[in-house]
Amino acid sequence: MAATPAVARRRPGRSRVAARRVTASEHFTGWGFVTPGVAIILLFGAVPIVWSAVMSFQRSDLLHPSTPFVGLRNYREMVHDPVVTQAIMHTLVYTVLFVPGTMVVGLFLAVAMNRKIRLLWLYRTAAYATMAISTISEALVFIWLFDPSYGIVNYFLSLLGIPQQPFLNSPSEALYVIVIMTIWGWTGFAVVIYLAALQGVPQTLIEAAAIDGAGPWRTFRKVTLPLLSPASLFLAVWLTINALQLFDEVYLSTMGGPLNATTVLVFYLYEQAFSQFNFGYASAIAYFLFIVILVVTAIQFRVGRRFTYYRS
Amino acid sequence: MTATTMVRPRRWARLPFSPWHLVLLPATLVLIFPFAWLLITSVQTLSEALHFPPILTPHTLRFANYSDAWHSAPFGRFFVNSSVVAVTTVLCNLVLCSLAGYAFARFRFLGRGVLFVTIMATLMVPFQVTMIPQFIITKWLGVHVLAGVGIDHIGALILPNAATAFGVFFLRQFFRTLPIEYEESARVDGASRLTVLWRIVLPLSMPALATLAALTFLDSWNSFLWPLIVITSTNQMTLPLGLATFQGAHSTQWTLLMAGNVMSLIPMLVIFFVAQRYFVRSVAATGLAGT
Repeated sequence: MAATPAVARRRPGRSRVAARRVTASEHFTGWGFVTPGVAIILLFGAVPIVWSAVMSFQRSDLLHPSTPFVGLRNYREMVHDPVVTQAIMHTLVYTVLFVPGTMVVGLFLAVAMNRKIRLLWLYRTAAYATMAISTISEALVFIWLFDPSYGIVNYFLSLLGIPQQPFLNSPSEALYVIVIMTIWGWTGFAVVIYLAALQGVPQTLIEAAAIDGAGPWRTFRKVTLPLLSPASLFLAVWLTINALQLFDEVYLSTMGGPLNATTVLVFYLYEQAFSQFNFGYASAIAYFLFIVILVVTAIQFRVGRRFTYYRS
Repeated sequence: MTATTMVRPRRWARLPFSPWHLVLLPATLVLIFPFAWLLITSVQTLSEALHFPPILTPHTLRFANYSDAWHSAPFGRFFVNSSVVAVTTVLCNLVLCSLAGYAFARFRFLGRGVLFVTIMATLMVPFQVTMIPQFIITKWLGVHVLAGVGIDHIGALILPNAATAFGVFFLRQFFRTLPIEYEESARVDGASRLTVLWRIVLPLSMPALATLAALTFLDSWNSFLWPLIVITSTNQMTLPLGLATFQGAHSTQWTLLMAGNVMSLIPMLVIFFVAQRYFVRSVAATGLAGT
């Protein structure tokens, strides 16, 4: 990179950075620094965004060599596709169960672990370990735990007098098994976020509440929980974005079945794109998903802001 | 760590240990149980594994499950591929995102604003929107430019992630918090931009670089959908894809599957525990940044 003289002429009355005259070689240096990284991000990030938008208005499949523009046909087709309706429902049900479930488990464990007690390292390590395991490993273990014939979960249920359940083989149970396995997989993440936030809760406020006569539960609800609200909002948004993009566990455990009972949006999109090679239709589904994520996230921030308490 | 200060109700005073153990111990058992059952099944004989009610303590330990799994799928190869992909991706990100992040933080050049906004826009878009064009671009690159970054090569798992919008943004934000005086005085002393970045800025940015490295590593190591789309040959597969394929081929041989699963998750567990502090701090940092 060419070196440029640092102390160039300065115009009076402006900040030093803004006042420096930008020389040609500085433009050159700037572009030299950003080009390798930016080229990759543009090629694999920005260009595909535009490209798939265009594709969503095209007929693009293996049957036809040409890809004519078909207007909104792909989007209209989605409205009439019963599997899309099912996939939306399953994605929503999954998200509505998974997000609060993970947050409650994470909050509960983090609050319990936020104190100096023996075996704390063991408790924390056990929670963190779920972060190290890949979604595929996680799904594989849970398929075995919930095996209809030999799974140990059925054994535990039998101890309670509950008959054997088909779990992942049952259209009415499969999605809930996936909810359970993903909550387990995200527990470590939620615990880390809440533990970090709990470090920021000033001890003095807790003590003041206790002196004012508030019991532990009331202190938690009226002092700790509001102070954790930024972390809760972050988790809600982050987990929702991930929940709407559920794929790995479905692919490994049920392939969308039985009877489409676990077909979620991304799984259907994947099937359309890479089993049927309906790139146009799949792009339309992808853009629909994108808009859903944008809208949901925007709503969460709007609603969340009302309940979120920022100290600074 | 904050000390316990919630006022304890009197009735717990008789317990010789904190009452929180009463909830934490069962909760931890539930969290650990999948790991434990995974380990137990991996050393059972198939007939004992396929027994109902399940046999909680195996009568004979069959470690041969591990060698059987090792011989029926190239787990060593998967591990090498995963490692090469993850390490290369991390190194590329550190270099490319540092360069770009630094330029966006400190330089003024034509088109800076437009470029930066464009990059930020890609941050919001989910991978599913871009994956089909990415697939087509990767295919084209493999045919017309370099086979090593095309379909069915691990290079295709590295190149699209070699620089990320998140990395550029994250490092730019961090660089902007550093005092500019050091950099300016080094420039006065005649140091080049690159020298300033390498000698002054990056040494001050170790926490941010470590965070980016840990997050990128986790992402790359656990990635599944993109490898599933671009890789078909067994010898190019990463661990998650290899394990999923292995499961497809041996779907009823649970002892074999669990042995394979243990082998594929041990490396990450070891890395995670050795660098637990870094990973936990990095994940916590994403949360704190969001709040």
